[in-house]
Amino acid sequence: MTEMNMAHALNDALAVALADDDRVVMLGEDVGLTGGVFRVTDGLQERFGASRVIDTPVAESGIVGAAFGMAIAGMRPVAEIQFLGFSYPGYDQIVSHVGRIRNRSNHRFTAPLVIRMPFGGGIGAAEHHSESSEAIYAHTPGIKVVAPGTPAAAKGLLLAAIEDPDPVIFLEPIRVYRAIKEDVPAGRYLLPLGVAEVVRPGTDVTLVAYGAMLRDAGRAAEALATDGVSAEVIDLRTLSPLDADTIVTSAVKTGRVVAISEGHRTAGIASEVAAIVQERALYSLLAPVARVTGWDTIVPLKRTERHHIPSVDRIVAAVRRTLGD
Amino acid sequence: MDPLRILDVDGRLLGPSPLPPEEIRRLFAVLLTVRAYDHKASALQRQGRLATYAQFEGQEAAQVGSAAALRPDDWMVATYRDAAAMWMQGYPWDNLLLGRMGDERGGAPPAGVNVLPPSITVGAHMIHAVGLGWAEQMRGTDRIAITYFGDGATSEGDFHEAMNFAGVYRTPTVFVCQNNGWAISMSRDRQTASETIAQKGIAYGIPGTLVDGNDLLAVFAATRDAVARARRGEGATLIEALTQRMGPHTTADDAGRYREERSLEDWRRRDPLDRVRRHLQASGSWSEDWEHEVVTAAAAEIEAAVGRAEDLAPFGAGAAFDRMFARPTAVLEAQRAELLGEGKAGS
Ligand SMILES: Cc1ncc(C[n+]2csc(CCOP(=O)(O)OP(=O)(O)O)c2C)c(N)n1
Ligand SMILES: [Mg+2]
Repeated sequence: MTEMNMAHALNDALAVALADDDRVVMLGEDVGLTGGVFRVTDGLQERFGASRVIDTPVAESGIVGAAFGMAIAGMRPVAEIQFLGFSYPGYDQIVSHVGRIRNRSNHRFTAPLVIRMPFGGGIGAAEHHSESSEAIYAHTPGIKVVAPGTPAAAKGLLLAAIEDPDPVIFLEPIRVYRAIKEDVPAGRYLLPLGVAEVVRPGTDVTLVAYGAMLRDAGRAAEALATDGVSAEVIDLRTLSPLDADTIVTSAVKTGRVVAISEGHRTAGIASEVAAIVQERALYSLLAPVARVTGWDTIVPLKRTERHHIPSVDRIVAAVRRTLGD
Repeated sequence: MDPLRILDVDGRLLGPSPLPPEEIRRLFAVLLTVRAYDHKASALQRQGRLATYAQFEGQEAAQVGSAAALRPDDWMVATYRDAAAMWMQGYPWDNLLLGRMGDERGGAPPAGVNVLPPSITVGAHMIHAVGLGWAEQMRGTDRIAITYFGDGATSEGDFHEAMNFAGVYRTPTVFVCQNNGWAISMSRDRQTASETIAQKGIAYGIPGTLVDGNDLLAVFAATRDAVARARRGEGATLIEALTQRMGPHTTADDAGRYREERSLEDWRRRDPLDRVRRHLQASGSWSEDWEHEVVTAAAAEIEAAVGRAEDLAPFGAGAAFDRMFARPTAVLEAQRAELLGEGKAGS
């Protein structure tokens, strides 16, 4: 165990993968020489060489498409897209090819690749740098979508994603990269994909969150605890496939669910959580499921961004609504 | 391919000047002004008054020389690093600053300024200049569209689609690639195996011109010719301006991780302002007092813009909902009510 922030934990996971498996290669813009804009790949090119940690031209369709070809041919590519908001030039590759090859070749060809992307706002960045459009990818058949909220989960899930026989989009919450530290197991450490975690047990209400919002859900639970409200917090960890069992078990226990996502509301992750709860736990509910999300607007720029990202206050207010306060 | 050069490093003319002396003097004042802005914006960023800023120091001649060849009503679609070109085409300092302060009003230049907000994503905007010019052709005007982009942007697929459309439809589009040697940490020689970017035009049936991007007069002459061709209905041109980004990629970047400081020495001798100053000195049309006056006036003008941008009251919490459609939808109105209601509950 070593105390690490998320950027460091991800770097550690990538180093383990590169050291353990010759088939693992990394490719992306500025991942080598500079170690990436968030320094997640710092030192890896020095250690593993420029033919395994590859700086590419500025071309997301090229990065994804080339990684796809490599994966089919037996490599285990880990592609990096500089920000989620820059993944769209590669979107056609993901939707039309990466997610479909197993199906259209009836298992004959498969694409075990990982596409890492930082996501989410909160750092007052320029346009396109604060996107939380993970629902687009969760909506895409044939792709798994993972979004850790803590350093240890980031390491365990990234190593599992690289081992997974299918394509995984791996979303890294930008404002968490260096914000929190925790003990991270050394060496090869895997967490299962598709499994959510109850990170704080409670009895009155369930807060379902992921990525950077996990921290705010925890803060809301703290605030509620001082008022005698016991909130259970679930870290979804994988957005597709969603771990319905963990969500439903908690919903049945508490009878109240607040689904939290920084993404836009319409057809979003929180909506999917709400649908699962009403399908499988309706008769245990004491109140309608509440959604606390980013709005259906472009993420506002720095001066007013704070009104977009769900705040602890908004989470607490939603809980109060479910409690009938 | 040797780049077109008209003014050498010592400020001597290598051929006839494409501009009369008083115009060169005026453009030198513009070079001084845009450099003053670049320095001011970097300083504001260090003080936390601007978000991340992309400096263009070293690229002033590439932007000023090309924009000087335009008519005020021509279209311009440029990037985060092209404040100088945009300002010349009428995009106010206020708007450029507001954009960097994180205010959407930065993207709204005054009516009559045909300059789109700077493109932050790399590569997607060049094809927009094809559509803009094409529309002018359809509407029977002789307005043209110019687009600015970097060496890195030529790797994106959209660059190739833009060039191809421009070639096929002979649109009045001028493509200006500022090859500043870098795309963040990626050097030009690792970005493309082509010897030059200009030669990429050949593949699309578009003339490609290589110019010394630090030579105000060469950039002007090449752009003037490309603009004239476009206005005559003869189609698009690709101009590659060879230059160098003297600063980091942005204020958030540490260029020391990938670029040797030594490699800049040569470029410093080729500074785009110094050679014009030498030229003016040789003809006796420069004085220290005059330069001082120009810089002082520019600084005051920029300072005033900073004041206005900082004093502009931020949008209210619910304003984002008004920027989405001509009229907010019922869904957006409900979300706005939720935000404003909970804002009260939370406080
Ligand atoms: C689609 C997309 N991919 C990646 C980025 C991140 N990015 C911003 S600038 C840049 C380099 C661009 O280099 P170049 O086109 O040469 O322009 P320069 O910055 O040198 O002016 C990159 C990769 C982006 N903004 N958009
Ligand atoms: Mg460049």
